[in-house]
Amino acid sequence: MPSLADLQGGFAAALRDAGLPPPATIAGQARQPQSRRFDVYRNNRMASLIEALESAFPALRQLVGDAFFKAAAKAYIDLDPPQSPVLLLYGQGFGKFLDGFPPASQVPYLGDVARLEWARLNAFHAADAASLAIDRLAALPPADLAGLRFELHPSLQLLHSRWPVVSLWASSSGTDPDAAVEMSQGQDAMVIRPALNADTRILPAGGYDFIGRLLAGAPLAEAAELAALRDPAFDLAVHLQGLFEVGAVTAVLPAGPEPKQE
Amino acid sequence: MTIPSRAGLGLKAQHYDVILDTRPDVGWFEVHAENYMGAGGPPHHYLTRIRRDYPLSLHGVGLSIGGAQPLDEAHLARLRDLAERYEPGLVSEHLAWSTHDDIYLNDLLPLPYTDEAVMRVSDHLDRMQQVLRRQVLLENPSTYVAFENSALSEIDFLQAVAKQSGCGLLLDVNNVLVSATNQGYSAEAYIDAFPLDLVGEIHLGGHATEREATGGTLLIDAHDRAVDDQVWALYARTLARGGAKPSLIEWDNDLPAWETLYAETLTAERFIAAQVFCGPKDPAPLPRTQHAVAR
Repeated sequence: MPSLADLQGGFAAALRDAGLPPPATIAGQARQPQSRRFDVYRNNRMASLIEALESAFPALRQLVGDAFFKAAAKAYIDLDPPQSPVLLLYGQGFGKFLDGFPPASQVPYLGDVARLEWARLNAFHAADAASLAIDRLAALPPADLAGLRFELHPSLQLLHSRWPVVSLWASSSGTDPDAAVEMSQGQDAMVIRPALNADTRILPAGGYDFIGRLLAGAPLAEAAELAALRDPAFDLAVHLQGLFEVGAVTAVLPAGPEPKQE
Repeated sequence: MTIPSRAGLGLKAQHYDVILDTRPDVGWFEVHAENYMGAGGPPHHYLTRIRRDYPLSLHGVGLSIGGAQPLDEAHLARLRDLAERYEPGLVSEHLAWSTHDDIYLNDLLPLPYTDEAVMRVSDHLDRMQQVLRRQVLLENPSTYVAFENSALSEIDFLQAVAKQSGCGLLLDVNNVLVSATNQGYSAEAYIDAFPLDLVGEIHLGGHATEREATGGTLLIDAHDRAVDDQVWALYARTLARGGAKPSLIEWDNDLPAWETLYAETLTAERFIAAQVFCGPKDPAPLPRTQHAVAR
């Protein structure tokens, strides 16, 4: 008599590999070659996991079509099955998988569209926090501004892309069906969900570095300097205003003693 | 808030707004715990508001109670946190397994009914009830295969587990019909033998019917349509012997309009009312007539 562990091991292996026969531990008629009974479990598993990816990556599905999406999803599930019962957040590696998925080699931007949707999914389920208005800054002495550190919203996500990832997403998600897609222009994206709806934005010049440094805990002046160095067109006033407008700032921390760097 | 012996409904995101806008007279709602295991965002926003006005039942689908391997303590902690946050009137899980090694298989997989499995399931329920500090209900499964080494009937298995762990039972009447049809036993006899005194909740759902290549009928627990008349009849039979219980309408796929779903809860409530007012002798005629009108 097989142990429970062995029985489940054999069952799980056959479940994941349609090339294997149904497990020998199951009774009678379900083991016959013409029986579909074990396939019910195989189908339930695969169809429900594909569905999870469909609901996580709706724009990508729209972009590539249903048949291509299903085939890609199935290959991804075989390679990188979920390891947590919290399927809300399954699909982290789907972008990377698509980067190397041979049938997608002619559409090299699919991976970034998947990464943008993954960012949106994470923003959707991220912790909630109240945003600050920009007048919080006006109350501070100007001399203090340079050393301020910002706590940013837990839902905030950044994505750097050499493709026009936001335009591609907007045109296929239905958010902006007429979005102009200029394939030669990369876009940096920011996703944030300050209340109920996720907001997906194209970041202006230097924004990715600026917000990235703020997220890492750098003081305002340091983040601005780095952004200006990377992109001379960086405009601090525009970015500050923008950050507060989208609800990205949840706390302003006064300048503390500089950490010694020697 | 305790769950009343009325009809409840599986809560779906598509219906958040209509529920909050119209406050329908539904006895209670049930959610799949795993759908609320994100840190924040709209799911919690809406559930918090709905919870203010309705009793809530928490139904886990991913703990793998029947797994040979130890329970996932991180997942159990998530379940505990959710139960602390929403204070559900009932917490339930399935007689099934869904994780092997570190792979989550996302289906409610069947167990062999052996003494070893009784021990495993009871130990896992012990642990779950210890962490959640409350009794948990265990649901009878819908099955498509059985195992050669099963030595106990499903009911004996459930009874043994309930005795050892102190858990209650969730009787899914649709699962009874699905499993009975697929395994070739009588659904009525199963209902008649079920320990209804241990039952804290009933599930009602729709199933699909397929024809097997071998000629037999295969029922699939699809939750994608209205409750079948045969299931209503089994439900009436359950109520007649066990009395009114919290009864959930489960409709998870191919969701209909809110009105259709709501009508299903009214049908269930008519069965409950017929039981309360007519007594156990004559449960069927009133609800079945009105049920036809409600369709």
